Amino acid sequence: MKKEDILVIGGGLAGLMAAIQIAEKGGRVKLFSLVPVRRSHSVCAQGGINGAVNTKGEGDSTWEHFDDTIYGGDFLADQPPVKAMCEAAPEIIYLFDRMGVQFNRTVEGQIDFRRLGGAKYSRTAFAGATTGQQLLYALDEQVRRYEAEGLIEKYEYWEFLSLILDDEPRCRGIVAQDLRSMEIRHFRANAVILAAGGIGYIFRKSTNSVINTGSVHSIAYQQGVHYANPEFIQIHPTAIPGDDKLRLMSESARGEGGRLWVYRDGKPWYFLEEKYPAYGNLVPRDIATREIFHVCVDLKLGINGENTVYLDISHLPTKQLDEKLGGILDIYEKFVGDDPRKVPMHIFPAMHYSMGGLAVDYSQMTNIQGVFACGECDHQYHGANRLGANSLVSAVYGGMVAGPAALRYVSGLASSAEDLSSHFYEREQKRQEEAFAKLIRMDGPENPYQLHVEMSDWMVEHVTVVRYNDRLDKTDEKLQELLERWQRIGVDDTSFYQNRTAAFTRQLQNMLQLARVITLGARNRNESRGAHYKPEFPERDDAKWLKTTLATHTAEGPIFHYKDVDISHIQPRARRYDVVKEVEPAKEQEGIIR
Amino acid sequence: MTEKLIRIKVKRQDAADQVPYWEEFDVPYRKNMNVISALMEIQRNPVRVDGVRVRSVFWEYNCLEEVCGACSMRINGKVRQACSALIDRLQQPIVLEPMSTFPVEKDLIVNRQIMFDSLKKIKGWIAIDGTYPLGAGPRIAPDEQQEAYKYATCMTCGCCLEACPNVNDHSPYLGPQAMAQAKYFNSHPIGKMMAKERLEAVISNAGIASCGNSQNCVQVCPKEIPLTTALAELNRDANRFMLRKLLKG
Repeated sequence: MKKEDILVIGGGLAGLMAAIQIAEKGGRVKLFSLVPVRRSHSVCAQGGINGAVNTKGEGDSTWEHFDDTIYGGDFLADQPPVKAMCEAAPEIIYLFDRMGVQFNRTVEGQIDFRRLGGAKYSRTAFAGATTGQQLLYALDEQVRRYEAEGLIEKYEYWEFLSLILDDEPRCRGIVAQDLRSMEIRHFRANAVILAAGGIGYIFRKSTNSVINTGSVHSIAYQQGVHYANPEFIQIHPTAIPGDDKLRLMSESARGEGGRLWVYRDGKPWYFLEEKYPAYGNLVPRDIATREIFHVCVDLKLGINGENTVYLDISHLPTKQLDEKLGGILDIYEKFVGDDPRKVPMHIFPAMHYSMGGLAVDYSQMTNIQGVFACGECDHQYHGANRLGANSLVSAVYGGMVAGPAALRYVSGLASSAEDLSSHFYEREQKRQEEAFAKLIRMDGPENPYQLHVEMSDWMVEHVTVVRYNDRLDKTDEKLQELLERWQRIGVDDTSFYQNRTAAFTRQLQNMLQLARVITLGARNRNESRGAHYKPEFPERDDAKWLKTTLATHTAEGPIFHYKDVDISHIQPRARRYDVVKEVEPAKEQEGIIR
Repeated sequence: MTEKLIRIKVKRQDAADQVPYWEEFDVPYRKNMNVISALMEIQRNPVRVDGVRVRSVFWEYNCLEEVCGACSMRINGKVRQACSALIDRLQQPIVLEPMSTFPVEKDLIVNRQIMFDSLKKIKGWIAIDGTYPLGAGPRIAPDEQQEAYKYATCMTCGCCLEACPNVNDHSPYLGPQAMAQAKYFNSHPIGKMMAKERLEAVISNAGIASCGNSQNCVQVCPKEIPLTTALAELNRDANRFMLRKLLKG
């Protein structure tokens, strides 16, 4: 190995961008992914990617984007990295344009932009309604080019098992497993970038892919990396109810003019438009979700008494719908059987995104030297609630920061992993081999997939839209019971070949550990902010809680400490969407107009 | 009241070098189920119709919304995505088999690496100078974008290769997916600059000459990509390219 060899865990947008940055600067990358990277969960992002390009003459600016993001996140995000991200966003969109992404176009042939929630300007570039797929493919293609040149080496169908830390502790490599041959191997490196995406599979029927178990985050956390803001879980207001999962119905359906309603006294009631005249159907997700929940659960006005409301686009021209939303309308038609161009869709909120994640500094490094994180698996860019189309930009930007930062870090190191005794490596590899041998011999009565259903149902029931402290306490007790029962699982495949049950069983334990962090993080925060809402504490409490949550692992469970938020650019103010948001004027002008 | 059941018949295989065998399962019926949720029921209770507890069925699945391309398999004889195969619209017993064009690894899992390798062969990327700021890309007319976008939704699922009679282990043909992607990259204003390199792959023995125009591919593509249009246009470009090469000597 060379000193500059870097390991990237995860092949979604963040991981691919980090890998490209390293390869472009002459470093070499080993890229680990559970699936062929082209199938990573970034593929599911629909609505678009934000960047204040201001090509519609609306007076948008990167400062407005920054202010919307901070305000939308209820002031919980540290402001300097968010500001830097918003300033980089227009060039990120142009970069994808140059890579050949088929963004929708204006009559003049320029990239078209649409409006999404929590914004007053058309700031979202989009490629039909499969923008994530298009961006992911663009990076996948660039990585293939570097692969052909020998700078990036892919390890697809490999699972990350642990970090290898020296005595300082600094990260010196990883142990991973080939999920086909089940071979366990160590890899030496001076820096590891964790880009393992979301944690949605901890929640039953989330909008996430089934690979989003949060296992990588949980392993790093259990090895000493701090986990930040676990309690901030985004529930997307509009998903298509389904038996195996709730499929996302993009916010862009409302961006293009879609309206939410239910019948009240026999007449359509456009509840968001009535309560939030300034933003209407384009209020941020946490607010739309709580309103739908209120309409269905408290007022019992859901369609046919069920927990669904109408999302109606049937008044919009078919040509506009086909050109700008085609992909997602086809999905609705395929899975539900109705044509949303003609009849209103039935939708309900579903768990969608984790604002929290591995705690990182402004160079995307965690508290363990040499361990970096980027993409949904870091905590950095969205505060207490994420705005639509900000996830793609944060994933890409996080990778753009993490790659070069990891290279800088390794070039400053006095010693290299290459020079370390093989003892460090063999010890950890052996530990993992023994753990796996034990795992496939598990022959108890419990079924891992059934335990997963129990865990993920509890998490949806008690740790999503509305949270009560007594129910959170009960949830943590349940999670501990499930951890106990995990010991009595029977693994139905004893083979050392493509053993999916064994891999899932291992992931399940990591999910349970992380579920406790989420639940207890929510239990501790006695206020309401962004996506975290407690009827017992309905107001935001800046005096006590304008703080980043940091969880540290112990054998007894997570312990929490809290850190002040960097509010050096914008002073916190009340967050409301019934009137048009007033922008905090920029204090400094440099870097704002690009 | 007796519980309504769904009968699933699965072609199984324990490893690449093992002989396949069939097993049948009954799973409880619910509204709005798809093949994925039926297979998930088998994971939770892997018991055959004859009451014997077995290893649960393995298959590939990620997004469950027909955009990742993972869950392709033969369902009642037709290759398609398991996530969008709704139980209510399938005749029972529902017969699940792995795709046959690709090497079977375990149960319904096949090895589709050849498709990703093909993308390397046709140089399926736009060569950019670097990721540093260089401003906007080329202007593109809205109708050209709408046309190109169709090809950009290819999720490397393998259905078209499975359906194509000319993709098999006796032929080096890369198949409709790779050919359509070559056409796609060659039609982009920047991608065009590498058109000749891609056409070299297209006129090679792994290229378009092997297309027998059976038109099966376009019928099975879950994303309704106009694969046969791409193949026809690419064939024209390939012929022109070959002719020009001949004339230049």
